[in-house]
Amino acid sequence: MTLALFYLFAAILVLAALRVVTARNPVHAALSLVLCFFTAAMLWMLIKAEFLAISLVLIYVGAVMVLFLFVVMMLDINFESLRKGFWRFFPVAGTVAAIMLGEMLLVLTSRYANLSAARLPEPAAGFNSAKALGKLLYTEYFLPFQLAAVLLLVGMIAAIALTHRQRKNTKFQDPADQVAVKAADRVVVLKMEAEKPAHAETDTTHTGEKA
Amino acid sequence: MMELQQLLQLPLQLMTQYLGTDLAFVGWSLLKIVCVIGPLMGGVAYLTLAERKIIGMMQIRIGPNRVGPFGLLQPVVDGVKLVLKEIITPSAANTGLFYLGPAMVMIPAMAAWAVVPFYPGFVVADINVGLLYIMAITSMGIYGVIISGWASNSKYAFLGAMRAAAQVISYELAMGFALIGVMMVSGSLNLTEIVEQQGRGIAGGSILSWNLIPLAPLFVVYFVSGLAETNRCPFDVVEGESEIVAGHMIEYSGMTFAQFFLAEYANMILISAMASVLFLGGWLSPFPASIPVLGAPCFLWWVAKVAFLLFCFLWFRATFPRYRYDQLMRLGWKVFIPVTLVWIVLIGAWMQTPFSIWK
Amino acid sequence: MSWTQLNLAVATPEIFLLVAALIVLLSDIFLNERNKSIAYGLTLAALAGTAYLLLQSAGQSPRPGFNGMFIADPLSQAAKFGMVIGVALMLVYGRSYARLRGIFRGELFALSLFALLGMMVMASGANFVTLYIGLELLSLSLYALVAMQRNNVHATEAAMKYFVLGALASGLLLYGMSMVYGATGALDIPTISQRITVHGANNLLAIFGLVFIVTGIGFKLGAVPFHMWVPDVYDGAPTLLTQLIGSAPKLAAFAFTFRLLAEALAGYKPDWSSMLTILAVLSLVVGNVAAIAQTRLKRMLAYSTISHMGFLLLGFMAGTRDGYAASFFYAMSYMLTAAASFGMIMLLSGKDFEADQIADFKGLAKRDPWFAAMMLIVMFSMAGIPVFVGFFAKFAVLKAVISTGAIWLAVLAVACSLIGAFYYLRVVKVMYFDEPENQAPIAAAPDSRILLSVNCLLLLLLGLLPDRLLTVLTEAVQRSMLP
Repeated sequence: MTLALFYLFAAILVLAALRVVTARNPVHAALSLVLCFFTAAMLWMLIKAEFLAISLVLIYVGAVMVLFLFVVMMLDINFESLRKGFWRFFPVAGTVAAIMLGEMLLVLTSRYANLSAARLPEPAAGFNSAKALGKLLYTEYFLPFQLAAVLLLVGMIAAIALTHRQRKNTKFQDPADQVAVKAADRVVVLKMEAEKPAHAETDTTHTGEKA
Repeated sequence: MMELQQLLQLPLQLMTQYLGTDLAFVGWSLLKIVCVIGPLMGGVAYLTLAERKIIGMMQIRIGPNRVGPFGLLQPVVDGVKLVLKEIITPSAANTGLFYLGPAMVMIPAMAAWAVVPFYPGFVVADINVGLLYIMAITSMGIYGVIISGWASNSKYAFLGAMRAAAQVISYELAMGFALIGVMMVSGSLNLTEIVEQQGRGIAGGSILSWNLIPLAPLFVVYFVSGLAETNRCPFDVVEGESEIVAGHMIEYSGMTFAQFFLAEYANMILISAMASVLFLGGWLSPFPASIPVLGAPCFLWWVAKVAFLLFCFLWFRATFPRYRYDQLMRLGWKVFIPVTLVWIVLIGAWMQTPFSIWK
Repeated sequence: MSWTQLNLAVATPEIFLLVAALIVLLSDIFLNERNKSIAYGLTLAALAGTAYLLLQSAGQSPRPGFNGMFIADPLSQAAKFGMVIGVALMLVYGRSYARLRGIFRGELFALSLFALLGMMVMASGANFVTLYIGLELLSLSLYALVAMQRNNVHATEAAMKYFVLGALASGLLLYGMSMVYGATGALDIPTISQRITVHGANNLLAIFGLVFIVTGIGFKLGAVPFHMWVPDVYDGAPTLLTQLIGSAPKLAAFAFTFRLLAEALAGYKPDWSSMLTILAVLSLVVGNVAAIAQTRLKRMLAYSTISHMGFLLLGFMAGTRDGYAASFFYAMSYMLTAAASFGMIMLLSGKDFEADQIADFKGLAKRDPWFAAMMLIVMFSMAGIPVFVGFFAKFAVLKAVISTGAIWLAVLAVACSLIGAFYYLRVVKVMYFDEPENQAPIAAAPDSRILLSVNCLLLLLLGLLPDRLLTVLTEAVQRSMLP
């Protein structure tokens, strides 16, 4: 059953990958890429690497590709013109792909890869790959893990430093100020008599006290 | 409790006997899925009625009262109406994606329920990384919105999709950070274990030992982010009927439109269920375990908590005006994320001290 | 496994630097435009603290940490000390330059410190993963720094070129590393080295990987034929950052190459030695010949860097202890010389004016005889004229090359240096024998004047007394080499 599922997912993966390159519409291509990632996650799931599989969906499908689609939809890119050189560059690309395939075969057939004897280890009962991965990351790979975090921080600083522009002439509201405002700052309530007294002259005429 | 679980396994054993292991597994899973999705759909239907009734009362109106006693058959009538309506496809729409969109909203809203526990053992798939699974699956719901917004080939729909993409990405971060706090104190990603952990601790399984009190800021952030993720009031700028008419749903009618609604309400129930499982102790009782009947864990507690949180959803809708878009972004990035980060650091430090209550 | 087993103490300088960089970054939020000097001061304090911590651990024997991911050995500590000096020189020389160009900002300081952190990790990585992340940390910081002056078209173009070619080089390097991993089944350097020497590796695949690694290193060093980015980036980047790219990272690249080739892939010494020879010879010839045709000083210095990298590789190619030590000495002295040369350019530059043409140095002797003399020292040192440090650096490399029996290489290197002397001396000629076009006195802050003078005099001093430094570096290499 696992094998049948593997071939099913693998076929979907390859077809989706082909759609990514061949689709005329960039949004279709991006969506095919989403399918690719999702199917790849399924393949991981088949070898019982559930943490990696779900991380792939969470990060690539859930975040990266959403932003990617956002950009693809917002920008009016003319993909036809980008596509023009496809057949012209095909021989070069094909050669590179062939070389990479050869090298990959070399790696896989090397003594340490040991593919012919490789069997998926049956995880022990109660084995939790998320926990195992966490333990490794925080002990053995502690340094690269922390440095990778620094690397991401640098990426963030770089992105902000290169794009953030403080515009002087924009009008904006500061909600904190808005909330902090008191009624007394905006409205002055004047104490007044509800009724105006009648004219002074009439007063005097009536009473006749202050002449 | 053991007997109950044994009883639960009986159909599986029977099926294994007659169908073989693989087929029995598939059949058993399907049965469990039906048992979850069926009541869920019923819940969705009556949540719409509850919404109209409650908001009606809050606005000193009666709400639907014509169909059936107290309007109880209203959802059925609404459903029939939506099913019978014609589905109109705009001529310039991208037809395939136009129909894929609503389905893509529905699928994650249903699929996420696979790992939600109702009671120990009562869960479709009790997996180790349940929490991550929920996050991954719910984050995919946004594709439906984006696809339908884009495929409709309409300005309003497209604007709605853009708003949805930006909003969901922003609030997902805050939500994820809020969940990290839960993971830290639970030491597990398994939802059943997260609930069980809340039954332990110095207060011995009462409301005091839930995650609610030590993780209060995270609970608030989670629930408010949940409002934003489901595009509910006051974060419903994606629909924004006064600005962009109905956002991504504008071109849909009939059942395709209904799918968006089903998904929205299913997601509301999901967020409430998750909040109840992660912070409010799921099926655990708020009373100390020493009190006889009231202190025992029970599925009804779960229902009560979810119902209360759903009531909050409706209450907020009747109370708050809609956020402006920039204010919404500010809240997500500049308030929620710093709050959660600070709280995670505090909790982490607390856990290392001798005063830790999670040992 | 607990915290104590990680042996965090070996990375005290790095940890201090990281914390300091974060403090600088945070302090910047609370500082307005006028108070950026506070962040600047904090940055210099961070560098001083790091240098102090490095000196504290000087002379200790190699100490591994982080489960063999990291190693603090004399070689890395010495290289790190040089890098800290290099970054500090950049910040002091470039202070007013950066202020006039609107890049005197918190990001400049923070990213410089992160770049330094990357370099330090590159020097101390004992695992392919750590080495690679260190390299990326350095590269990413540098790409962003070069592009920081956003409205400067040349800088943006330089950053783009640097980024694209740098990413390509990183990719090649990573591909090579993955192949070596495939061949040996290990990522940490001692194990790889051991597996290769006892022939437990797939040789064909490992050598494939070696080719990619050498190519990646060639790109990063800027050796011919992978040098295309060097002139454009050096020329286009703000001079302050040209100095950052041109000085301290060369030390990091040396240590990085040492870890990869001399330690991990020591078993393939004949293979990489011949590859490096090709790179070195091409760099020497192309660098020196192309530099003659330049009229822009920064471009000329870029080609001169290429030729200097040829020398550095020559020492490496020898593959002996003395060869590595000579290379190390070369990298150290080149760091100081390059810092001084770019410091001179910034000294003469003003607002809206870059002294990046050779013609801008016309008659400097009449405008300011002291700095003309300083520039003379720098140029003589670069040309390799005796009594200046550049001479001894070249001499040490040539000695190592001759000891391997490759006399023709030594002869070629000397011939190329003679060609090189021509264009360095042309700058001297322009300074002393031409009439000044610009009579304005030099308006530079006293701190950069004093430090630049010290830097240049150090080139002379090290040239007079090179033994001390050379001994220290030789000993560091000796004690750091894998048994």
